[in-house]
Amino acid sequence: MCGIVGLFLKDPALEPRLGELLSDMLITMTDRGPDSAGIAIYGKPGPGRVKLTLQSDRPDEDFETIAERLSHVTRTAPKVAVKSSHAVVQLPAAALDEARAFIRRALPSVRVMSAGESVEIYKEIGLPKDVVARFDIRSMRGTHGIGHTRMATESAVTTLGAHPFSTGLDQCLVHNGSLSNHNNLRRELARSGIIFETENDSEVAAAYLTARMAEGFDLGGALTKALDDLDGFFTFVVGTRTGFGVLRDPIACKPAVMAETERYVAFGSEYRALVGLPCIDEARIWEPEPASVYFWDRDRSAGERTMAA
Amino acid sequence: MPYFDLSETPLRELNRALHAIAPGANDREFEVANPRGSHAVAVGCQAPVAVTIKGSVGYYCAGMNSAATITVHGSAGPGVAENMMSGTVIVEGDASQYAGATGRGGLLVIKGNAASRCGISMKGIDIVVHGDIGHMSAFMGQSGHLVVLGNAGDALGDSLYEAKLFVRGTVKSLGADCVEKEMRPEHHAVLAALLEKAGVTGVETTEFKRYGSARKLYNFNIDNADAY
Repeated sequence: MCGIVGLFLKDPALEPRLGELLSDMLITMTDRGPDSAGIAIYGKPGPGRVKLTLQSDRPDEDFETIAERLSHVTRTAPKVAVKSSHAVVQLPAAALDEARAFIRRALPSVRVMSAGESVEIYKEIGLPKDVVARFDIRSMRGTHGIGHTRMATESAVTTLGAHPFSTGLDQCLVHNGSLSNHNNLRRELARSGIIFETENDSEVAAAYLTARMAEGFDLGGALTKALDDLDGFFTFVVGTRTGFGVLRDPIACKPAVMAETERYVAFGSEYRALVGLPCIDEARIWEPEPASVYFWDRDRSAGERTMAA
Repeated sequence: MPYFDLSETPLRELNRALHAIAPGANDREFEVANPRGSHAVAVGCQAPVAVTIKGSVGYYCAGMNSAATITVHGSAGPGVAENMMSGTVIVEGDASQYAGATGRGGLLVIKGNAASRCGISMKGIDIVVHGDIGHMSAFMGQSGHLVVLGNAGDALGDSLYEAKLFVRGTVKSLGADCVEKEMRPEHHAVLAALLEKAGVTGVETTEFKRYGSARKLYNFNIDNADAY
């Protein structure tokens, strides 16, 4: 099963409530998957800065000294905010690659959840209500976010197997379904230089979109290409720094409901996830069409584009 | 009139009350408020009661219905009126996938659109959709009628048995072994009766085309062995 949710705010007045609204949406979907839960929040970017969200099973040891250790790479000690098993490290954008290489080399028990100007990803084994409380997601503000509660099918129940998956700067994806050609695609993408952290099929979908966007496609174009190249069942909700997209496969057996008002665009695996949103009774509510791409981008005038394959 | 506010009362109490109606009971009109997308609202009714649901429901609303008249003033999630035996289910909004699946009798009216697989494996139910239906609708339909005032998606009536399909708008594509058939007087009569039962006015039966089984997939044909 799995439960997925997404919220893209058009009205800045709602931004202080993003974490709270998304948390409630995800908790409502708990009975669609109890194995692990995760949320990506797109917050305010700092000029010339990037954020690395890190995870460790022994945060006390790993995160206590991480600012000092990274200062060899970043010259000045980076700002580190520890939340339970996660830490958000703020770095100068120019130091990102070197910092990631250092973490891979010197801190093998630390895993990178996300990197980018605005995204932070928090995910762990456990129920949505516990994950949300552990990382104080409710207090987070931002422009858009996505969430996932997992019933594992394709890979182990681990932190790294939890969604959202992030394979590119400020990009992330949640998936309900299962892909049948992910092994072939993983080999092809690995040859093009993408490093995979798991055996999970959804990570392949995320990496596929990252590769297409690196070739110059926008989010909508990358999602449209995915209809040609991904085989299996999928409903995806995808975030980029400024964009929010939804894609359903041609078979469309994985549930999906969307709502749009002048203030927001929302996605839920079920309508239940949407009922707590402001003025939901006045929203336009619809089921996304099979083999169709829906995306919104803050950089352009907010508008929906759908394309049938 | 029994009234259940599902924001205060557990769903189980509603369904238990609906299942406990004794023959000759006087309370035969139930109202349900705040379903908020709950699953399995008013499933398994076996008495001729009227259930009015104010709001949208989730999976399997009115499933296995016998005799009751259930009206959803909102939209319905997947599997509304699944395996209905008799009675009437009316959805004022849209219905998600596999509405009326495997239904054996009764009438399902969807006033908005229905998504994919509407009437899949229908076995006697009558379904009237005021709007459009999605792909793979009436797949393996065995008997009953599917009436669509709007358009049908891909692969309508794939592997159809004897369910009769009437579509007023366009059909994106027909499924395997489904063909357009002549509208004879008896088909106009049955369609007119269904439209009336479903409260459709201002629409002529001459505006519809009929689709049914070409009956070429009923039995195994050795010439098709390579296709499996």
